[in-house]
Amino acid sequence: MKNLVKKFNGVTAVDGISFDIQEGHITGLLGPNGAGKTTTIQMLLDLITPTSGMIKIFGKEMKHHREELLGKVNFSSPYVALPNNLKVWENLATFARLYGVRDIQGKIDELSDFFGIKDLLPKMTSTLSTGQLTRLNLTKALLNDPKLLLLDEPTASLDPDIADRTRKLLQKIQKEKKVTILYTSHNMAEVEEICDRIIFINHGKIQDDGMPAELIKKYGRADLNEVFLTIARGQENQEAKDFETILKK
Amino acid sequence: MKWHRIQGILMRHLYLYQRSLPRLMDIFYWPVFNLFLWGFISTFIDKFNIAGFNAITVLLCAVIFWELFGYSQHAVSISFLEEVWEKNFLNLFVTPLTVNEFIASSFLLGFIRILMAGSVMAGLAFLLYHFNIFTLGFFLIPFVLNLLMFGWTIGLVSTALILRFGTSAQVLAFGFTAMFQPFSAVFYPVSALPDSVQFIAYLLPSTYVFEGMRSVIATGHLSLENFLLAVGTNLVYLLLAFWYFHRMFALVKEKGLLMKLD
Repeated sequence: MKNLVKKFNGVTAVDGISFDIQEGHITGLLGPNGAGKTTTIQMLLDLITPTSGMIKIFGKEMKHHREELLGKVNFSSPYVALPNNLKVWENLATFARLYGVRDIQGKIDELSDFFGIKDLLPKMTSTLSTGQLTRLNLTKALLNDPKLLLLDEPTASLDPDIADRTRKLLQKIQKEKKVTILYTSHNMAEVEEICDRIIFINHGKIQDDGMPAELIKKYGRADLNEVFLTIARGQENQEAKDFETILKK
Repeated sequence: MKWHRIQGILMRHLYLYQRSLPRLMDIFYWPVFNLFLWGFISTFIDKFNIAGFNAITVLLCAVIFWELFGYSQHAVSISFLEEVWEKNFLNLFVTPLTVNEFIASSFLLGFIRILMAGSVMAGLAFLLYHFNIFTLGFFLIPFVLNLLMFGWTIGLVSTALILRFGTSAQVLAFGFTAMFQPFSAVFYPVSALPDSVQFIAYLLPSTYVFEGMRSVIATGHLSLENFLLAVGTNLVYLLLAFWYFHRMFALVKEKGLLMKLD
């Protein structure tokens, strides 16, 4: 993306962001709440129209090749549930049709086996646990064999055991299916573990960009969590000020 | 437009109909209820020869037509609201699904609902009142298709308004067609309306449909004038509705409201 800007009623949410993602890598997009991560991802997915700037995926501009590009991209977030009133199989079949999957049954069998949700297929989506829903979301996200996968906090609200298994699964996907992944998370240890590169954004601007080890060394900190705090607190942050005011009271 | 994506959305709704009693009731309960109500009234009028014409035929036909119009609109609006209620827009629009494919699937759903409800109503009308809609020939079909089209238009406009103003506008999905009933000359000819209201009536495709329907019942022939006027006005309104929906969709994407619909 190049010089991407998004303004809502005069307020700038994304302020001239430019970055490339290397194919086959896991790139972390990090930043505090309200930094502009979600807006950036939603622009990448053509859910929000940028005020200015350009988004190119696989060398083609999103504005002119939406259908083709979205066929090669997928998205997963625990905050975006699949319809609860459908069975697991029905949800997967619906999205398989939307992505034009030829062998729907075969693809669902293959992926449900991979994610261990085969026995959940006849169940109503509303009856699934949080961990099962995460695996269902990931199954949906791989139905079209995406070349680019956008994962928005995929392990949020999971217990440490399931979160760890999910991370391992994501690394397996990336390794076996050669998927490029753009990853957002507030869990810095997780990001440090699985991301090849990190882009820090705050106030809608890129604050830093590099490999996790490089950034830790550059800021002279013990880990990525401290780097995050340094970058996030190094700037004017209204939310942080609000917290300080509350603490003083 | 890709058929597999239209089919995907269509199937997603048909899965729900398989096991949802409220959704099935929505298709069958109200048509049956109205058929009973208006059937009894028509029988009463016919028995005492109050109207001086075949009341059962005219009134039952009008009731069936009006219900079908409502179903066509509901299918478009409710299938959209289903996605709002399930917060499913993000999932749908991160796929290659286009707005026109989404609209086409809801139009098809409207057609299927009309077929289902229409068959039930026609069957019941025959069983209860010995009223066979098919003896009126195939001349009624072009008018039914016009109503289907006008239902799509109203559905599209109400959906665009919900898209723009949020679910506080969702009441439009349920009662929008009722606004057109007094002006559409459903149960009476246009001449029964005051002069000032007749002007509004003639702007609506539904008026030509109901005038045409009565003409078919009275003469047994297709009223070409009413049919062409219905098609003409329908096409104009449908194109305007498409333009308005696309305009609202673009505006919502610009304002970042697509994910905030609830």
